[in-house]
Amino acid sequence: MSLKLEVQTLQRVPMFANIEAARLKLLAFASERVSFPPGDILFRQGDDSDAAYVILKGQANVNLNSGDQVITVASIGEGSFVGEMGIISDTPRTATIEAVEEIEALRISRDVFINMIKEFPMMALEVMKELVSRIENTNAKLAAVSRKG
Amino acid sequence: MERNLFKYVWHHSRKEQITVLSVVLISLPFYFYSLTVPKLIVNQAIQGEAFQDGTEKAPFFEINLGLPEFLGGQSFQLSSGIMLEQIPYLISLCLLFLAFVFINGGFKFYINLSKGAMGERMLRRLRYSLFERVLRFPPFHMKNVKSAETATMIKDEVEPLGGFIGDAFVQPVFLGGQAITAMAFIVVQSFWLGLIAGGIVAVQTAIIPRLRRRLLILGKQRQLAARELAGRVGEVVDGVTVIHVHDTSNYERAEVSARLGVIFGLRYAIFKRKFAVKFMNNFLAQVTPFLFYLVGGYFAITGRLDIGQLVAVIAAYKDLPSPIKELIDWDQRRLDVQIKYEQVINQFDPDGLMPAELQDPNLGTDEVLDGMLKLSNVTVNDKSGGPPLLMALNLEQPFKTHIAIVGPLGGGKEAFGRLMARFEWPDSGRINIAGHVLEDTPEAISGRRFSYLGPEAVMFQGTLFDNLVYGLKHRPLKEASYNQQELVNRKTEFVLARRTGSSLDDINADWIDYDSAGASGPEDIEDQVLRVMKIVQLDGDVYGFGLRGKIDAGNSPELSEQFLEARVLMRELLRDQGMTDLIEAFDPDVYNKNTSIGENLLFGTPVGDRFKEKNLAGDPYIREVLRTSKLRRPLLQMGVTIAETMVEIFEGLPPGHELFGQFSFISSDDLGDYEKIVGRWNNAGHNSLSKDDRRMLLSLPFMYVEPRHRLGLLSDELTDKIVWARKFFADNISEDDHEFVEFYDPVRYNSEASLQDNVLFGRVGPGQSGVQSKVEKLFSEIFDKLGLLDEVYQVGLQFNVGSGGKQLSAVQRVQTALARNLLKRPDLLILNEATSVLSERLERDIIHRIREDRKDFGVISVLKSPELAEEFDYVAYLEDGKIVEQGSPAELKAKRGSYAALVAA
Repeated sequence: MSLKLEVQTLQRVPMFANIEAARLKLLAFASERVSFPPGDILFRQGDDSDAAYVILKGQANVNLNSGDQVITVASIGEGSFVGEMGIISDTPRTATIEAVEEIEALRISRDVFINMIKEFPMMALEVMKELVSRIENTNAKLAAVSRKG
Repeated sequence: MERNLFKYVWHHSRKEQITVLSVVLISLPFYFYSLTVPKLIVNQAIQGEAFQDGTEKAPFFEINLGLPEFLGGQSFQLSSGIMLEQIPYLISLCLLFLAFVFINGGFKFYINLSKGAMGERMLRRLRYSLFERVLRFPPFHMKNVKSAETATMIKDEVEPLGGFIGDAFVQPVFLGGQAITAMAFIVVQSFWLGLIAGGIVAVQTAIIPRLRRRLLILGKQRQLAARELAGRVGEVVDGVTVIHVHDTSNYERAEVSARLGVIFGLRYAIFKRKFAVKFMNNFLAQVTPFLFYLVGGYFAITGRLDIGQLVAVIAAYKDLPSPIKELIDWDQRRLDVQIKYEQVINQFDPDGLMPAELQDPNLGTDEVLDGMLKLSNVTVNDKSGGPPLLMALNLEQPFKTHIAIVGPLGGGKEAFGRLMARFEWPDSGRINIAGHVLEDTPEAISGRRFSYLGPEAVMFQGTLFDNLVYGLKHRPLKEASYNQQELVNRKTEFVLARRTGSSLDDINADWIDYDSAGASGPEDIEDQVLRVMKIVQLDGDVYGFGLRGKIDAGNSPELSEQFLEARVLMRELLRDQGMTDLIEAFDPDVYNKNTSIGENLLFGTPVGDRFKEKNLAGDPYIREVLRTSKLRRPLLQMGVTIAETMVEIFEGLPPGHELFGQFSFISSDDLGDYEKIVGRWNNAGHNSLSKDDRRMLLSLPFMYVEPRHRLGLLSDELTDKIVWARKFFADNISEDDHEFVEFYDPVRYNSEASLQDNVLFGRVGPGQSGVQSKVEKLFSEIFDKLGLLDEVYQVGLQFNVGSGGKQLSAVQRVQTALARNLLKRPDLLILNEATSVLSERLERDIIHRIREDRKDFGVISVLKSPELAEEFDYVAYLEDGKIVEQGSPAELKAKRGSYAALVAA
């Protein structure tokens, strides 16, 4: 898969959907193409956040450690963007991502991501929009939960 | 040191000076006789005076010795000569003339050579003794010494002395003799004219030096200004980081500019003075003939002097000014070098210079020191007048006790460390270590039996190994093995060194004291080095240096063979583990997609700059290869595509943005140019491009690596062509060009590539998770299996640490310095906050291991963090320069005093 296809995948990520193709191309170009065999860990809960990943191909599990138990809380696939919260807030990983199938992904390092946001305000705005919508989403869920409770 | 340059020179070169002087005197008669030969040729041979009486033959080489009147005035004929006709007579005289030319030339050659050699020998002696004194400067003096200034003094400032030393005695004798002869001649001819000439000479010798006195002062100031400039430049270079951090580069510019201005001003003043003096000198020289013509003419007209005499006087006078002038010049130089000499000597004569005996290598002992460490009433005053650094210290412990020194910052623990290393001297009281009074202990004992490391780890340019064994090089222990010629050279050098009072020790001898490191010789010293590397936990780094290091297959054929074996094994293991896809091997017949097009084409390691990736597009041979293999067009097209993409995605980023540096093929400066080139190509096609445009475009694809850049530009057709071009490149490369590339060859070791590249002999593709660590595991497995681990470490020890160890990190420098101190196995190891740069965990680990390694030897460690003191045998707590508490950690804790409070904090 070449840069062009990667850009197409990036365009499907909500956070990047409204960003010009040329910028996404730069983002893809400055990122590293990585692959993980099944069972490999993309990153581990509690590790330092050094990069975010866009899954280009394959399925992965999002696992949470609680005590001695490992709980799989979600399954992600092509077009998923993971680890972005950690690199924005510079906090440790909140979950572990484990490849279920052979994974192809774009590894966007923290430096590159921050640099892009600094340089292109449109991108910062899109990131904000995405985060706001997530908060709204969470608020809505909270409201729903408290109504039920 | 002798303060008077003349006494210094005379003292050290009396014999040589006298020899040269005698040769000068012997040469004079030859010189005068050679002047008369041309006269003989003209008068006797050509004009035929010798044949006047109609004789056909005249005696040649007739030597008569006439006795003076009071001895009877008889004449003896020593040689009756040979009778020759006119033409042979002429030829013989001419040959005689030629012989004199040779003889005089020979004298001159000998005299100049002797003078030069004498000067250089003195210079060597002087430089050596200056340097030797630097090694004996007392530690507190070192604080005010600028290294660059010291270097210029030893190197540049004494340089003019060398030229002068040869002339110091010869010149005045020679010139003075000439001048006196000429003067005497004039006086004999006419007393009055002699008086005039003498008067002018007297005026010259009185006035000129006076005029020049100011010149000397200026010269002195210039020398100081130049020296300070050197010191300042050295300081700026050493402290350049501070300049960048504080944006003071413009201040430094102004400062150095001001200094240069001062030097210019001084120089200009010197020139003015110098040429004024010259004018005066010339004027006085011409006044004399003026007076001769006037007064002499008057005497001649009035008949008190005959014309012949006048002419003779004027002729003799011609010989007078130049020796006088040169004598004055000589005197000038004398004063000048005397001042230079004094100025330099002053800088090398500080108070408290260590006596040379302290560094006598023969006073050392190989015996292990044992006994008590005893400080009685030791006080160290502050040189700047503050309260004492250390006050009435008393401490007595067995030598082998591990002592920790703790306390608040500035409480005296740092001074204590320096005191133990003799960087501070006790002003009163006494330190006794195992029966040796510390102050009087020669360095041969303190440097071999003790060891000290302060907060600064000093490294010298050289390999890691050199730096580690540096602490073992006290004296030459085993003579170097020389071949016949080298032995002769060494003997010559030895004689010269003795003649110039320099060190007689052979730098090529083996200086390493293997014994003290616990090794038996060069064969097993590495074991000990590795042992201490493990203690300071630098072994992993050394292994890494080894992997990235190079070996020369020419110099160590066996070793390179072994690593080739490792290459084969590596391939097998990769195949077994199904990793051959991840690490693509270099195959002469296959395009390696994990490396750039440039590397694929070259298929080797560039040696020097010629075939570096960025230079490929401009190289004539590469152009030829591209033409023949029909790669020019496709690569150009590829360059356009890359340029277009780069312009598209990097547009809008501010110039110099870090994304450019990290990811772009094109620097931000060139982006605009490429944009224009792409525009021209799109509008008018290939032919619109200039030669430069094409070179710029061609340079892009050489850097292209498909899996990394992912522009989808490689086709099978293209890679086949590149592989074909690779073969053409290798087959047709000229012998001259061949030295710029070392080709990849599956069955040959590549001396230009690193060890790991040689074993892996392929490239890891980008973005393969975990491959790197798997490969690392394979490396250690293979080296273990083939018994090559030690060899890798050996290569790692050859790592060049760079000037001042700058190629190492600060932590690695401290580790290396610790290892150097441990390798020596000193009876007492003193650490003065040596480990405080290390991370807390590493420091704790290393201190622990050091203590374990030194169970039977002493350790005194000044610690920054008091927690580390817990594990020591004995603790001294220093505050306000006094030992407030001392005892075992447990005792002190029980006391609940200052130490307990410090640990608890």
